[in-house]
Amino acid sequence: MKIVVCVKQVPDSAARVVVEHGEVTWGDAPLVINPWDEYAVEGALRLVDEQGGEVIALSMGNEQAKEALKHALAMGCKEAILVSDPQLQGVDSLGTARVLAAAVQKIGGVDLVVFGRQAIDGDAGVTAAMTARLLGFPALTLAAGVRGVSSDRIVVERAIEEGRQVVEGALPAVLSFTKDIGEPRYPSFMGIRKASRAEIPIWSLDELGLPAPQPHTSWPAVLNPPAREITTEMITGATPQEIAEKLVDKILAEKVL
Amino acid sequence: MNFELTEEQRMWRSAVHDFVAKEVKPKAHEVDQNAQFNWEATRKMGPLGLLGLNVEEEYGGAGVDAISAAIAIEELGWGCGSTALSIAAHNGLGCAPITLFGNEAQKRRFLPGVTSGKEKLAALALTEPGAGSDLKKGVLTKAILDGDSWVINGTKMWCTNASIAEFVVTLVRTDPDGGSKSLSLIVIPTQTEGVRIGPPEKKMGVKGSPTHAMNFENVRVPAENLLGQAGEGLYQTLVVLDGGRVGIGALSVGLAQAAMEEALQYARERETFGVPIAQHQAIQWMLADAATEIQAARWLVYHAAWLKSQGLPFTKEASMAKLFATEMAERVTRNAIQIHGGYGYSVEFPVERHYRDARLMTIGEGTSEIQRLIIARHLIEQTG
Repeated sequence: MKIVVCVKQVPDSAARVVVEHGEVTWGDAPLVINPWDEYAVEGALRLVDEQGGEVIALSMGNEQAKEALKHALAMGCKEAILVSDPQLQGVDSLGTARVLAAAVQKIGGVDLVVFGRQAIDGDAGVTAAMTARLLGFPALTLAAGVRGVSSDRIVVERAIEEGRQVVEGALPAVLSFTKDIGEPRYPSFMGIRKASRAEIPIWSLDELGLPAPQPHTSWPAVLNPPAREITTEMITGATPQEIAEKLVDKILAEKVL
Repeated sequence: MNFELTEEQRMWRSAVHDFVAKEVKPKAHEVDQNAQFNWEATRKMGPLGLLGLNVEEEYGGAGVDAISAAIAIEELGWGCGSTALSIAAHNGLGCAPITLFGNEAQKRRFLPGVTSGKEKLAALALTEPGAGSDLKKGVLTKAILDGDSWVINGTKMWCTNASIAEFVVTLVRTDPDGGSKSLSLIVIPTQTEGVRIGPPEKKMGVKGSPTHAMNFENVRVPAENLLGQAGEGLYQTLVVLDGGRVGIGALSVGLAQAAMEEALQYARERETFGVPIAQHQAIQWMLADAATEIQAARWLVYHAAWLKSQGLPFTKEASMAKLFATEMAERVTRNAIQIHGGYGYSVEFPVERHYRDARLMTIGEGTSEIQRLIIARHLIEQTG
């Protein structure tokens, strides 16, 4: 199988993301591979472990996004490609999907395009479906696992709110994985050695034959969540039993439960 | 001069740090309290390359450079002294003699299993009831060639990993006449008949890293288990120990780093006289000293590792790194308890474990006194 896994470089989940002067900032916190995308890489690698083939990591972003790609290489992806162009600054989800779809077509012969369920920065969670639409591939989103693959079909188990749903689709397809796929593997030293020596090609919009995407959505204002008034009350009592009972009363009185 | 890690080393540090933070550090308290080796994490170390740091890829290892090896042990030390010690001993003492002095057949036979994480680990046995650093005269365990096998009799002490090892590389006397050419290293599989491993020693710290006495009674191993030539054992041991000392230095840096992080966090949270204790100069000075000494020790360790990776002599620098880093770790972990006050003395807080773990480091793999002796000899020989 030839699998393309799309990864994004995002601020570390431990970073404090705030709005300052109308701009989103995470200070000097490091950028990391989107945690959901690590599951996507893991899912893709597991498929290739079983079925044979290769996984190519693809990202759109500036030079720093190479770090996310190197992480994917260190985990075991065979190649990595970065799409980078000054005209892509601030592009929306649809624009991103157009770029990724064009890159998948340029790579050619792809059986499966794999995403994480969403990116932890924008949290839109629509890029996988949009990319599928643009490629004309079926979108099998929120896959918890792959039940079976043949030369032209794939069966996945989806994790949805109501439970699990088994869906079959034609290949080539777009998949997004949830964390049910299993813990992402740790990069090995051998993988790191390969990643640190890898030359990652950078494709521009010209090379993809795309015009600069025109945004369909914009963010007129970004606001911090309103500060909440928090008061702390220490519950005291002679015995743990008494403290617990008082706590239960409080919880019921405040309608927390 | 260039003080920057390479991209490979930087990525490696981050990968090992993440692994340790998730798999090793959260278990450190339990590992210590139950004196139970952390097999669960160790099994996962094989695919990462942590169990074959200095073993070439063709024998199942990662073949990392000496600085990357030091980084790995430092990060493990940051997570858990016990786990770090066993993994350092496995790599630096157990596997290293085979990597350095083993022939092709020995490497193929002994290394792939122990580097995979699927089998047990490797160990080195030097010390005896009557022999520590005075190996040349002190080693009484003897091996006699009988046909195509060695017959080994004797007792070893303080063998890290003996009960969790597939084999123990053992220093034995092969020439009863004595002298520096009378010792040899022989690989003894722990399942061999006549090998008796004593119960785990009850220790002050690094309790999750099992240490044992071993007894060999007419133990018979094939002649081809000898590493290199008979009589090279003392020289081989000294070479192995040079590398091991860099590892213990790195481990100590990790322990001290962990203790300082705990102390720093506590000092920010704990208030006395209406302010966090981090605002008191007495506490600030301890923290500043800790950060400075950790940094100094780290550079000593990396420098010794760098010399090793360049193929340059590094015996003196390895001793300096071990001496300073281990004694530094004692001071830093001691002060971390001091900053915690009464809570620091409680097993509920990790700093007392750091202190107990650090205490071993100035003893194992050559005491501080032996390190000073080695450094002094180099100084006097160089200038005299």
